[in-house]
Amino acid sequence: MNIIQVLEQEQLRSDIPVFAPGDTVRVHVKVVEGTRERVQMFEGVVIGRQGTGVRETFMVRRVSYGVGVERTFPVHSPRLEKIDVVRRGIVRRAKLYYLRNLTGKAARIREKR
Amino acid sequence: MSKAILGRKLGMTQIFTEDGQVVPVTVVESSKNVVIQNKTIENDGYNAVQLGFGDIKEIKVTKPMKGHFAKAGIAPVKFIREMRLADASEYKAGDTIGVDIFSAGELVDVTGTSKGKGFAGSIKRHNFACGPMGHGSKSHREPGSTGAMISGHGGRVLKGKKLPGHMGSEQVTVQRLSVVKVDAERNLLLIKGAIPGPKKSFVVIKNTVKPGKN
Repeated sequence: MNIIQVLEQEQLRSDIPVFAPGDTVRVHVKVVEGTRERVQMFEGVVIGRQGTGVRETFMVRRVSYGVGVERTFPVHSPRLEKIDVVRRGIVRRAKLYYLRNLTGKAARIREKR
Repeated sequence: MSKAILGRKLGMTQIFTEDGQVVPVTVVESSKNVVIQNKTIENDGYNAVQLGFGDIKEIKVTKPMKGHFAKAGIAPVKFIREMRLADASEYKAGDTIGVDIFSAGELVDVTGTSKGKGFAGSIKRHNFACGPMGHGSKSHREPGSTGAMISGHGGRVLKGKKLPGHMGSEQVTVQRLSVVKVDAERNLLLIKGAIPGPKKSFVVIKNTVKPGKN
């Protein structure tokens, strides 16, 4: 293994749960407000994961007040306090960009049982 | 300028800062920098320190260089550069310099040999604009006019006109890059941003000539 890979390996977090596109996750993000730091929640469907190793990111989509909101987080970011997997879904794509064009009943994802 | 070290570019990666920012860094390996010779005003007319770095096969060392290394009492090295350090007299032949001369947050200038691009056109080499791609135009990536036929300097192309030619493989210095992390154990320097040259190429790291404000 070369030194770059070693440097990247050192930064990987081991406390990240296994999750895949289609799963619903609750991401606990640390945010700084003025001087105080608190934890903010962002819950939604994982619509894709991208990259490998320390560069890996995932995209979470939620619809709040009728507006679609998508946020991308680095998987191994120290800003993430934890990730809860709320629900595991069955999907047949790696990237669920088709959800952007769907609303309501059509945007549901079957749950894995 | 008071500090300098030779190194080898290993490649780029990213690291997270404590507050979660992603910083792009270039990893430079810089182990076993040795002082080969200390040049003085009395002997050479100027003050400088000759630094060496990098392993080399015995068979590739020429006879004169072998003698030069033997005089300093060190193993042969591949990459040698002279540094006009402020306190050059403090170094002795055979001394080693480590990455710990730099600390995180310091600004450095990095000199290397840029990647060779071969014979490049004026668009890639000098950022000329492309010609129209359609409407009957055939002048897609041409350099365009090279000058007017007016009296005075007419009838010839002025010297220094930017034209296609060899690009890259030349010495490039990037100034004011900050050192993100110093790993003295593994002899690594993590420098923010990109530095010239391909992976495994030799670079010279000095503290910056433009300190200014951080």
